[in-house]
Amino acid sequence: MSSDLVEITLLSLAVSGAATLISLLIGLPIGTWLALSRFRSRHLVLSVVNTGMALPPVVAGLFIALLLWRSGILGGLGLMYTPGAMVIAEVVIAVPVVTGLTVAGLGQLDPQLHLQLQGLGASRRQTVWWLWREARLPLLAAVMAAFGSVISEVGAAMMVGGNIAHETRVLTTSIVLETGRGEFGNAIVLGLVLLALAFIINGILTWAQQRGPRR
Amino acid sequence: MTPAPGTADRGTVADRATNGAGRPASTLLEVRDLVVTRANRRILAVDELTIRKGETLAIVGPNGAGKSTLLLALAGLLRPDRGSMVFEGAPVVPARDLAYRRRIGLVFPAPLLLSTSVFGNVAAGLRFRGVGAAETRDRVEHWLERLAIAHLRDRPASQLSSGEAQRTSLARALVLDPHLLLLDEPFVALDGTTRAQLLDDFERLRVEAPTTLVLVTHHLHEAARLGDRLAILLEGRIRQCDVTERVMTSPVDADVAAIVQTEARVRGHIVATEDGLVVVDTGAGSGRDVEERARRLLDATRASGRAAPDDDTGAAGGA
Repeated sequence: MSSDLVEITLLSLAVSGAATLISLLIGLPIGTWLALSRFRSRHLVLSVVNTGMALPPVVAGLFIALLLWRSGILGGLGLMYTPGAMVIAEVVIAVPVVTGLTVAGLGQLDPQLHLQLQGLGASRRQTVWWLWREARLPLLAAVMAAFGSVISEVGAAMMVGGNIAHETRVLTTSIVLETGRGEFGNAIVLGLVLLALAFIINGILTWAQQRGPRR
Repeated sequence: MTPAPGTADRGTVADRATNGAGRPASTLLEVRDLVVTRANRRILAVDELTIRKGETLAIVGPNGAGKSTLLLALAGLLRPDRGSMVFEGAPVVPARDLAYRRRIGLVFPAPLLLSTSVFGNVAAGLRFRGVGAAETRDRVEHWLERLAIAHLRDRPASQLSSGEAQRTSLARALVLDPHLLLLDEPFVALDGTTRAQLLDDFERLRVEAPTTLVLVTHHLHEAARLGDRLAILLEGRIRQCDVTERVMTSPVDADVAAIVQTEARVRGHIVATEDGLVVVDTGAGSGRDVEERARRLLDATRASGRAAPDDDTGAAGGA
């Protein structure tokens, strides 16, 4: 069990970490753009994003399963029941979370701040960097929320990963399995590891969030 | 007075080719036919505005007159519906001209400091421009000294009083050595004492380190004190723009007169009125024979042919 536990834990971390990172790369720019620009259908896009934040993971899992299924549009990639498929599904779950919280975080800043930065001679890139820096508390909260939602998620991981031993078995899916078998002792150990992981990662992010001068 | 072509507005821009001291001055920024519309409402329509090298132009108007919008447009930060700006002989591309933005300084009514130290805030603009660390330190420390905030160098911006924060904000713009400094109500958020102090310091700085300045304010008192020339902005239009004393004494129309006189009443008390003319005792004189002198003033003003407020032929000097 112990070598299996390490393997399962590492895969959980890898899948969730990769999904969080990718969703940041996608959600942060989109959220920044949504926060700073004004266009006609902005409210509609924001509503879609906010709905996405409440997207049930099994629905995300269903979409990705349909895409990756052998007869699906992306079936040729052979990703179904691989960690890659799990990462894709988790990204779909996390991107709206990152995007929505980025919009909210940047929305809390003084609307004139970006004009002031530009008035000081900041380029576009420098302006965005400093706005992110000013909004780093809510943005790190966005990272925590994204990571929290993907590491604790079981529906999509089960549907597109399949809980295959040594291949796609992660902490949440094995908790479901062990509980189903009546192996409550194993399930409790796995649950505690999951809790500890979430605590450590959020502890690190909280430390990063709270250090430095505050406004 | 030569109204821009295509405008029926009387007294749009009444500037002559002189600065406050009466000398000819070269043009720094030339604005023409600037129109800004938001939500189907025209909030700015400036036919012509010239800012001359070394002068201080004060823009005065009531809330909602479009002052801040004009300043943002001058800063190249918003895209007008139409209009052109020429700065030091080269056209400015609105909303995307980084080179232009790096030659100006901009101060907002609220300090809008970044969540870093006072030093970090004042250094920000220099860092944007890629100025080296040693030069940045020297220039920042020089301006912290000049604005009397050197002792706050390492303090987080969040721990400053409003006066200290606005000094930091001014230092942050002045350290850039801007060709044109744009100030939007820079003293408005301060209490009376702090405001007076900063105004004193600022006036001194302006003499020591002359730069071209555009000051937006709804305080005529501030504008008259700092401005070589005064522009009155009403409903998005510049109704009069001239040497400060001339605007104060010879408003081109009733609206401008209302702005100038409202403030005059506040600063002293009326000792005589006659047919739209008002004599105000500012308390600066000896206080003797006030009424007698008021009558003489009224007689003299009438004799010099001072225009009535609704007379659009303009005014014949109020000196």
